[in-house]
Amino acid sequence: MSAFKPVLTEYIHQKDCHTLSFYKSVGGYSALDKVLKMNPADVIQEVKDSNLRGRGGAGFPAGVKWGFIPKDTNKPKYLINNADESEPGTFKDRLLMNKAPHQMLEGMIIAAYAIGCQTSFIYIRGEFYKEYKMLEMAVAKAYESNLLGQNILGSNYNLDVIIHRGAGAYICGEETGLIESLEGKRGWPRIKPPFPAIEGYLQCPTIVNNVETLSCLPHIINRGADWFKSIGPEKGPGPRLFCISGRVNNPGVFEEPMGISLNNLIFDRAGGIPDGKNLKAVFPGGSSSAILTAEEALDVNMDFDELVEKGSMLGSAGVIVMDETVDMVQACLNIARFYAHESCGQCTPCREGTAWLVKMLTRLVNGSGTPTDIDMIFEITDNIGGLIDFSKGSFGKTICPFGEAVAWPVRSFVEKFKDEFLKYLPQEKVIA
Amino acid sequence: MSTNGTPKEIFTFVSTEKVKKILSQYPDKQSATLPLLHLAQLENGYISGAVINTVGDLVDCHPAVVMDCVSFYTMLYTKPQGRHLIQVCQTLSCSLNGADALVDHVTDKYGIKPGETTEDGRFTLMKVECLGSCGTAPVVQINKEYHEGLSQKLIDELLETHQ
Repeated sequence: MSAFKPVLTEYIHQKDCHTLSFYKSVGGYSALDKVLKMNPADVIQEVKDSNLRGRGGAGFPAGVKWGFIPKDTNKPKYLINNADESEPGTFKDRLLMNKAPHQMLEGMIIAAYAIGCQTSFIYIRGEFYKEYKMLEMAVAKAYESNLLGQNILGSNYNLDVIIHRGAGAYICGEETGLIESLEGKRGWPRIKPPFPAIEGYLQCPTIVNNVETLSCLPHIINRGADWFKSIGPEKGPGPRLFCISGRVNNPGVFEEPMGISLNNLIFDRAGGIPDGKNLKAVFPGGSSSAILTAEEALDVNMDFDELVEKGSMLGSAGVIVMDETVDMVQACLNIARFYAHESCGQCTPCREGTAWLVKMLTRLVNGSGTPTDIDMIFEITDNIGGLIDFSKGSFGKTICPFGEAVAWPVRSFVEKFKDEFLKYLPQEKVIA
Repeated sequence: MSTNGTPKEIFTFVSTEKVKKILSQYPDKQSATLPLLHLAQLENGYISGAVINTVGDLVDCHPAVVMDCVSFYTMLYTKPQGRHLIQVCQTLSCSLNGADALVDHVTDKYGIKPGETTEDGRFTLMKVECLGSCGTAPVVQINKEYHEGLSQKLIDELLETHQ
């Protein structure tokens, strides 16, 4: 197997890698030069051909999304860089913003040019203050060097970038929640359709792309769609930043080809589990993905489609590792509590259901649960997120996929580790 | 927009230049709401009724619309906080790596439960959800800064530097 050379994080260990001068010294902004001489439609086609799929969680093909922008509109078009990274287990965009802000900016300018946008936003989560400052510096530098602003590099193309800080709300990572928040409102997701590409920010055509997705663009332009497609599975190719945390010796962000085995990630890259303990379960794609048992986890590749076949998803590629010492009921409660806290409160099944899940799991942990509670946890997850049947695609009891994002993991805990839940029942109730 | 004859309380921004810049950046006024609230909180310490009135005037929205927005976000405080905000991440990766014990430790040492402020106004302790720093768990945000891979000893040393 030929060794994979990191693409997005190739230079992150070098001194001053965040500066414009460093980025230019390693060929930075050469893709922009090339793009500004291309027809925007050809840029979209190149990205479509690369099969680049969104790195934020949903995995939607980026070029296809851009293609939805209406061609015959007089309305302004907007690009929003989704830097509201807040999926538990995910911390890759933060790395990219700290270490390679210009790579991301170059990607933004390319995307904006392709869709004909002249005003773009970076929506960064409010807690990321250091990263906000870093981006402020990078954007100022880009303006100074005529990479942003009027008549970029003499091309007649104009683009402004505005950095907008969130204020603490997980749901603003959902693209329509994000748009509402950018408009100065509560981050309540919108009913779709219309999709943002038709009616987004201020009812104008809007594209929302993730930091990592945008960071891939300069490389696709420089090296071509075929090169990108040659990395990993053809239907969901490219380099990918995998975040590994939880019970591992060497947690962190690892750039690997899409489709790497989860086993390799945990035991090779992340150095395995501390104190020689055994693996118990894994979130493969952030806390919104259904957990895999050790057996399932050791036999799966980190590929969009393969993980869906296994009843989970690649999501944001945030891998959370749980070893044999982890109490699965407590872990389930921790995740349920996260979703109860972050539910935006707009849809009844999610607002009420998440609160009930926490109440029932807390009751169970405190030793006053009943056998019907466990069945009722199933029922509630059905009510929030629908039955987990990918083949029937039976989603959609809530406006946004947050409902599924809580139903899938919680349900998978109970399904796969039911005996641990039963052990929490008071003894006499089990016999009865 | 005063009610029952009482004069409307107004907040005066110190950095008027920043206010102008924020308002000029966006294609519409209301989009400037969050950045103006961030700035007001930085200057005032929290979002008071006066801040809400003033921001409402600046973005052409009724104060109730601004309040509707404020109440949604965890980083906007409608009450004064301690001088230093200790925010301990409690989501799974941090929890698996000792975050709960960190909270207990701070509670024991300073006599404040999550949500409370020390009597001298020095610290406010909060449990927060995922801060996006799972690889260096447990993580604690003190004011604007992240502190990663903390132990009880390290957080003790760190808090000593925040008077």
